[in-house]
Amino acid sequence: MRIAIVDESASRAAVIGEGLAALDDCELFVVTERRGLVARIAHIDPDIVLMDLGNPSRDVLEEYFAVSRALARPIAMFVDESDDEAIAASIDAGVSSYVVDGLAPHRIRPILDLAVRRFNAFSRLQADLAEAKGQLAERAAIDTAKRILMNNRGLTEPQAYAELRKTAMNQGRRIAEIAEAVVTAHKLMGGT
Amino acid sequence: MSSELTIGFLPLVDACLPILAREHGFAEAEGLSLRLVRDMSWATVLDRLLYGHSDAAHMVAPLAIATTLGRGRPAQPLAVPFVLGLNGNALTMRPDLARRLTAPGQLADPVKAGAALRLVAQERIAAGDRLRFGVVHRHSTHNHMLRYWLAASGIRPDHDVEITTVAPPFCADALDAGEVDAICVGEPWNSVAVERGAGEIVMVTAQIWRRGVEKVLTMKERLVDQRRDDVEALVRALIRAARHFVDPANWDANAAILARPEYLDGSAALIHRAISDQLMLAKGGAIVPFPDFMFQYREAANFPWVSQAEWLYTQMVRWEHGAIVPEEARKAARVFRPDVYRSALVGSAEPLPGASSKVEGSLAGTTVVGTQQGRMTLESNRFFDGGVFDPADLAGYLATLP
Repeated sequence: MRIAIVDESASRAAVIGEGLAALDDCELFVVTERRGLVARIAHIDPDIVLMDLGNPSRDVLEEYFAVSRALARPIAMFVDESDDEAIAASIDAGVSSYVVDGLAPHRIRPILDLAVRRFNAFSRLQADLAEAKGQLAERAAIDTAKRILMNNRGLTEPQAYAELRKTAMNQGRRIAEIAEAVVTAHKLMGGT
Repeated sequence: MSSELTIGFLPLVDACLPILAREHGFAEAEGLSLRLVRDMSWATVLDRLLYGHSDAAHMVAPLAIATTLGRGRPAQPLAVPFVLGLNGNALTMRPDLARRLTAPGQLADPVKAGAALRLVAQERIAAGDRLRFGVVHRHSTHNHMLRYWLAASGIRPDHDVEITTVAPPFCADALDAGEVDAICVGEPWNSVAVERGAGEIVMVTAQIWRRGVEKVLTMKERLVDQRRDDVEALVRALIRAARHFVDPANWDANAAILARPEYLDGSAALIHRAISDQLMLAKGGAIVPFPDFMFQYREAANFPWVSQAEWLYTQMVRWEHGAIVPEEARKAARVFRPDVYRSALVGSAEPLPGASSKVEGSLAGTTVVGTQQGRMTLESNRFFDGGVFDPADLAGYLATLP
């Protein structure tokens, strides 16, 4: 079976592709370029097309599929009315699927399930990454705020941290928020 | 305790009313908390609506009809309680083609430009090529309006030229790269192409049909019944947003809101141009005012006239080269819900037309129509070729079209 993965995010396409590569008798094609998309798909002649929901070229591809109804192997959106939940899960995960006419649902389902799992795994990775980045930024703000307090009020580092912590507790806010406020105020007052 | 409603939209200027209803607190005043979800394709806006990620959507009107009638996927009945606006699209062409159709700094006359385009199309065919047009979706007003103009100008849309789908953010690219000769798209994408020098605005869709229905607020029909109170509250919030949107005093502030990263993520200056009916046709050129380029409020513009839904259905059938099916026509007409609009606004100062349908395209001058409060004056609603659509005879109308 020929599976095309259309995703402008090369890293996500790689994560999906890696998952699907484990399937037997499936040939994978990854398309990340917008330009020439339709020609590329026509050339691949896929049985299944998986496309991320955020892809701006979805309408372009659907138009091609609509026109392709006149072709030998028409492709349509996969809408298995007997199992609406599976489709809902794929929409939740952020992936839409198109299949060649006549392909049996039991052949599509394992592929779709796998794609959904990989999409979800990728989203979790992204979320973890964003969280890690956020933590780094917070730590940087706290360090800067400490330095400002040390310079302006002649505090030691532990005293500066204790000041931030005390203020945070008094105001019921997080230390990082207080630190950001200190940094912002300092910038407004002309500090660098 | 406010009810939550999630609304899907594409980053286009005519997504303005739900955005402003949220930003100016009109929704909140009606007890609604609006959450807006931005997407990059109509397919995804529709998927989210059908699978419950959103409760309502900003949508090209023909897609609501096509989905109800099961074109491209199994039929799902949709409902339109509110029209988000009329027109606001333009035709932007590569500069060499623009020059064949109009003088610099002037919008083309649709009749003369149609005749000139016909010659260009014939030249292209003689050279073994065809003119290529980009529209944003097969089931879009852009596609219908373009085809209406082409066909009335003696150009067969499916034979003499090629019409493909181009995603709005890539329209300027496609013109620049020569993938298409012209695009029909909403703002700010025409102006973006102009700024890049990739194209010139040659015509606006309001020149093809002076009062053409454009984006609509779409919901699943079932949801309109289940959440009727919330839907009516939303209609009231949107009408306040519409009134605010057309007031020149608010244009600066509204352009700035729409330009924000979470909404259109674009240039406030270009958005301001569109909402104030000002067009810069070519890069560095003078600003050309075109009154009612966008039409978001006056003359009960937001009222879902059943005749508009029926006109859209005739155009869908026309380009499928099919025939009117009475059962389908009834379903298509039922998509537009003047009953919901009226019950949401009864007792307000908003004009509520007494009739649900009107003859489209018949009004060369102004006409007075009856409303529940008295009378309302409608300005010209003409098609550029003088065509008249009488919803009483869909098949008869279709037979008169080229």
